[in-house]
Amino acid sequence: MEIDPFIFRLSIFILSIFIGYYVVWSVTPSLHTPLMSVTNAISSVIIVGAIIAALSGNDGVVFSSSSIYGFLAIILAAVNIFGGFLVTQRMLAMYKKKKKDK
Amino acid sequence: MSANLSAILYLVSGVLFILALRGLSSPETSRQGNLFGIIGMIIAVTVTFLSVGNFTSGFIYVLIFLTIGGSIGAFIAYRIPMTAMPELVAGFHSLVGLAAVFVAISAFINPDAFNLGTPGNIKLASLIEMAIGAAVGAITFSGSIIAFLKLQGIMSGAPITFKGQHALNALILVSIIVLTIYLCLSQSANLFWILIAVSFLIGFLIIIPIGGADMPVVISMLNSYSGWAAAGIGFTLENIALIITGALVGSSGAILSYIMCKGMNRSFFNVILGGFGATEQSAGEKNKEQRPVKSGNADDAAFLMKNASSVIIVPGYGMAVAQAQHALREMVDTLKKNDIKVSYAIHPVAGRMPGHMNVLLAEANVPYDEVFELEEINNDFANADVAFVIGANDVTNPVAKTDPQSPIYGMPVLDVEKCKSVLFVKRSLSPGYAGIDNDLFYKENTLMLFADAKKMTEDIIKNL
Repeated sequence: MEIDPFIFRLSIFILSIFIGYYVVWSVTPSLHTPLMSVTNAISSVIIVGAIIAALSGNDGVVFSSSSIYGFLAIILAAVNIFGGFLVTQRMLAMYKKKKKDK
Repeated sequence: MSANLSAILYLVSGVLFILALRGLSSPETSRQGNLFGIIGMIIAVTVTFLSVGNFTSGFIYVLIFLTIGGSIGAFIAYRIPMTAMPELVAGFHSLVGLAAVFVAISAFINPDAFNLGTPGNIKLASLIEMAIGAAVGAITFSGSIIAFLKLQGIMSGAPITFKGQHALNALILVSIIVLTIYLCLSQSANLFWILIAVSFLIGFLIIIPIGGADMPVVISMLNSYSGWAAAGIGFTLENIALIITGALVGSSGAILSYIMCKGMNRSFFNVILGGFGATEQSAGEKNKEQRPVKSGNADDAAFLMKNASSVIIVPGYGMAVAQAQHALREMVDTLKKNDIKVSYAIHPVAGRMPGHMNVLLAEANVPYDEVFELEEINNDFANADVAFVIGANDVTNPVAKTDPQSPIYGMPVLDVEKCKSVLFVKRSLSPGYAGIDNDLFYKENTLMLFADAKKMTEDIIKNL
């Protein structure tokens, strides 16, 4: 009997939860705010679904009842991707080490 | 592009996202980590364009919408003040949630585009995944909106409770499950819309009873939800990048909620069921007795610190409200010029979100290697000459260690009272968020500095 592809995806999902668990515990507490903003940015990879949805319209019809939701989702996800990565970068740029001599 | 190749590339972007989080284990590697995240995102988006392979007029519109959203995001990212990070993150969570809902709706209306079957005849597994993605997305959206309004101060931070609240919430949660089952049986579009509407409602109801000061837990929790919503959609789209990311974000948010709850010595359920701020206030009223307090001025504070050999700064959210962080850093610079050792002690729940205080100090050019977490620095208080508490209150209250009757008993606190002398900058003797008196105010070695945090710090600089 063949294994349902769903089981493979479920395996990836479960293993990723464990990876997430160990990786996030190793994040230094002083970087927890950047952690939240960067997880925000990467969870916007949902834009992948939004793009598929937006391009699902038939030839000639760009805005159909289903693609319009895709376009809306693209805007929302794009705000998050750019906003999330840039604000993270801005924060991380502020973390500086002690200067030895002044 | 073949389905296998794109699946492998999605896997690559998933791995890059893992490395992005891994980079945050230290500030040196964090910037590189962020770069990995950006590359992962570019790969994922490019692969999607190539695998859809539709470069007609629709593609142009996608680029236009992408640019519009991107510009808004970039604009916000550059303009947002660091004190407003909690609001920003809550706002961003709501967008992820709503995007998940939109993608699910689109997949429901036009399942052909996603290879999920035909309208009215969607594969059962896909329908369940879709329903979960949409429901969790909707909860994330409305919950984050409420969190945003509370943080922004548009909505009162006070917990909103009413009779039968928990029963109502339980009923709605059950109805979501029932709706999902009926949706799978009937494939009815109406049920799908009702499911989304009910999920919006429950997101709203879950967050309103939670008090403003519990927002660190709420934001972390919604962070986690946004991840699970993304994972749900990832299963629907059979997309590996989305599944990996959803799992990472989901567990990240869950860990942060746990850390925040532990920082307040409260169980997760206790926070979620809400109403903390409302019930404890009365306890504070009762034991309001007049006890002698030593108060001083900037001159006294400057004298104490000038003659110290080591000073520990304990900043709290009040410092950020007063915008005193830059003045504080100037004061510390002056102290360091006089060869006084200065370090900062951060409580896990200082600020309005995990790690918030660290960002605020970093913004004021405080080097991160002078900033310590509670466990790292707590033993140093006994050897320090002066503790300078600015804008913090409950997290220094020794009652948490001594009085089992106290609502904050068992909460980890900074051992400020062990210092030779304590300087406590505060506007009045009023109790903090927990509504209880701070014993530290009345200690022999405590000198209260009644003033606005920023003004007092500036005055101290003048006197140093």
